[in-house]
Amino acid sequence: MKHAPIPIRTVAATAVAAVGLLAGHAAAQSMADVQKAAQARGLSTADLLAAAKTYTPSGMKDEFVIFSSGGHSGQVHVIGVPSMRLIRTIAVFTPEPWQGWGYGVGNDVLAQGNVAGKPNLWGDTHHPALSETKGDYDGEWLFINDKINARVAVIDLRDFETKQILKNPLTVSNHGLCVTPDTEYVIESSQYGVPLGWEYATMDQYKEKHRGSVIFWKFDRKKGRVIPEESFAMELPPYWQDLVDAGKLASDGFVFINSLNTEMATGGVQDKKPPFEAGVSRNATDFLHIIDWRKAEAVFRAGGAKEQSGFPVISIETSIAEGLLHLTPEPRSPHGVDIAPKGDFIVVSGKLDPHVTVYSFEKVKRAIANKTYSGSDEYGIPILDFDAVVEARVEVGLGPLHTQFGNDGYAYTSLFLDSAVARWTLGGEYGKGTPEPDWTLVHKTPVQYNVGHIGAVHGDTVNPLGRYLISFNKWSVDRFLHPGPLLAQNFQLIDISGQGANMPVIYDMPIGFGEPHYAQIIRADILKPWSIYPEIGWDPHKQQIDPMAPKKGMERVTRDGSTVEVWMSVVRSQFNPDHVKVKQGDTVIWRMTNIERAVDAVHGFAVPAYNIAVSLEPGETVTIEFIADTPGVFPFYCSEFCSALHLEMMGYLMVEPN
Amino acid sequence: MSLGFIERIIGPRVSPEEAWKRSLRYGTPGFLLLFARILLLVSLFLPYWHMELQAPQYPSGLHMTAYLNHLTGDVVEIDGLNHYIGMRSLYEAAQIEREVGVFIMILFVVLLELAAYIHSRWAVLLVAPVIFFPVVFLVDLQLWMRHFGLNLDPDAPLSNSIKPFVPTALGRGGIGQFVTIATPGIGLYLATAASIVLVAALYFHRRAYLPLVRQQAAANERST
Repeated sequence: MKHAPIPIRTVAATAVAAVGLLAGHAAAQSMADVQKAAQARGLSTADLLAAAKTYTPSGMKDEFVIFSSGGHSGQVHVIGVPSMRLIRTIAVFTPEPWQGWGYGVGNDVLAQGNVAGKPNLWGDTHHPALSETKGDYDGEWLFINDKINARVAVIDLRDFETKQILKNPLTVSNHGLCVTPDTEYVIESSQYGVPLGWEYATMDQYKEKHRGSVIFWKFDRKKGRVIPEESFAMELPPYWQDLVDAGKLASDGFVFINSLNTEMATGGVQDKKPPFEAGVSRNATDFLHIIDWRKAEAVFRAGGAKEQSGFPVISIETSIAEGLLHLTPEPRSPHGVDIAPKGDFIVVSGKLDPHVTVYSFEKVKRAIANKTYSGSDEYGIPILDFDAVVEARVEVGLGPLHTQFGNDGYAYTSLFLDSAVARWTLGGEYGKGTPEPDWTLVHKTPVQYNVGHIGAVHGDTVNPLGRYLISFNKWSVDRFLHPGPLLAQNFQLIDISGQGANMPVIYDMPIGFGEPHYAQIIRADILKPWSIYPEIGWDPHKQQIDPMAPKKGMERVTRDGSTVEVWMSVVRSQFNPDHVKVKQGDTVIWRMTNIERAVDAVHGFAVPAYNIAVSLEPGETVTIEFIADTPGVFPFYCSEFCSALHLEMMGYLMVEPN
Repeated sequence: MSLGFIERIIGPRVSPEEAWKRSLRYGTPGFLLLFARILLLVSLFLPYWHMELQAPQYPSGLHMTAYLNHLTGDVVEIDGLNHYIGMRSLYEAAQIEREVGVFIMILFVVLLELAAYIHSRWAVLLVAPVIFFPVVFLVDLQLWMRHFGLNLDPDAPLSNSIKPFVPTALGRGGIGQFVTIATPGIGLYLATAASIVLVAALYFHRRAYLPLVRQQAAANERST
């Protein structure tokens, strides 16, 4: 496809229009001013066009929202598109003082994530999964995994707060996370093979004792919680299960997990054995796991699972006998397994193979029905014949990692080694949307540099919206100022609204908080967050009124033996009471309510020496408990600039020595 | 004698045949009184007064609306701000008025109902309080605002910079970074419309019944 050069006049006019929105009634500005400013900064026509597409003047709101994994930060980051402005960080696995997370609020939720009874106060968040209804994002809940300690968090998108953390009782580290099309289950796949249930086994016993697993966490939308008692797991071979995606529409009821290290390499480089990187990559193919989860659910409900570490697990033998699990070869060491919007194709990118491999679910079903096996693996799991299930192989470039879908028949695959994003055409019913022939590479847009995941707007749902794709790049090298040797990573916004080779990078956003992995992009108007809590005295953890919440006129300090209870109201610009006297060693139960109803009237409650920092959003009530073991006079204060008299919003905690 | 007194108050009666024959003449005052009653009853459910406060940090402003019997809108927020200048809570203002507002209005309706049966000048006495009601409402409002504005807590945080002042019941004012805009509500407009209707009603009342009263007086004089 040929593109006419874009006349500078049009570009400048667009830029003027954009600038005009900001300036409002500012003095008359002309195209000449735009050209002058552009020349002074060395901006090209393409730059000005990109600016016009992304520049978001004060007060203009973003059309889309990214929920990005926060990598090492253990958090989730919320970013607007196309402005690429960070709107909010949601504290998840890591304490975060601004939100008070772990310093007075959320301590119980964080404690749910204790590992072997010990707090592990960071996370490695990889794959967010927005809740879905009929296979599309509904904007109500967000789930995210923590790879390092195999945990899953549940975030309520009414208040963008973490409500539950689940510790995987079987395995040590996880990787994939997805939801079923109506969020019946949150599916967590394990990563590295270990003996299930925290047993000990030597590396010689890898094949016998180590296992992979997948947990189906039952989500109760009404309660807003995963119900562990209704959840179950499946035992898998000790391959390193990786990403997971649930089937939808045509493939509803199935889930697909890819894997690496089907070689079952155990390393041992110090003993002159091949290091993991070589051992794990020896075979030309690994195994795509195909699981019939509805059948598995029925087996679990019929009592077909065995207890392991107090958790119901369907054994490999049962899976084979009941026909729950099939394998099929996939290009080695794959990352993404991504289901096309209609659920009919399964796209696997093997990062050491230049192709994406596309499987037809129709053929998978037929092969299962006809038992078209090419054999079975060491554990007896039937392997579907590759040629019987494959639909197409598209050569896209080096290091294909992860695929997203557009709205018009294009698929996009990240190329780690090529440092590019490939646009290629799907076949089947999608083929008519694109001018190019089916199953062909159309274009590669270079990205800076080394992309991991990519995310398109609703790009993994039944209803992809196109428009924008973001390349979540691992390296930025020369893109930003160097803040010392630890460099920011780079989120690059790509305009995919055009066809063919028209998919330019239009914005770079530095990410200086850890290495994000996957991120999902949702239409902003689907989200229905609260601006204030619904009523005064709201307990965000229970999402209901706390009958014990102090209200205006109920302020008091009471003592019962060595327990002191404080009932405090918080409003601009005072704490009431503002004197709290206790004796050293007293147990202090401090209840406080922000009785404000104004949007943005947030107060903090920060106490020195006691490691307390609480955020009280309008209406919120919080109860903290501590032992007043350090005597002294402690000025506590509001840590949000809440009003002109914010500095005066303070009080004294007086701990009388024994 | 007392019967004569009551007769004097309720005034001359018109026979149904006469009233039917000259329905416009005798029907108009009654119809207008009925119309005023409807206006007042409807106004019970509508706002009487609005106050908008504009400031940079409140992009959509703060709004307060007074009904005859309650306050709505951002009253808590406005109260919260007012505490900085030491103004008492707006909920403390005109408490009695808000408590009796509905009953006053019902009383007015009863008065107008009675006025429709009284064909003497005494009807004026029943209608007049209703006619003056909107003015009384605004005067009362202004007195309360004056009382609140002039009696600020001298120990309030901003007592040094904000001196006592008299807010206006209608129109634009200013306090601190706020511009205040007070406007009548649709309920007050309806009550005012009722006043105008009532003046008209009295005019037609007089036109219809004054000749009868005079006739009656003349007849009485002749009989004595």
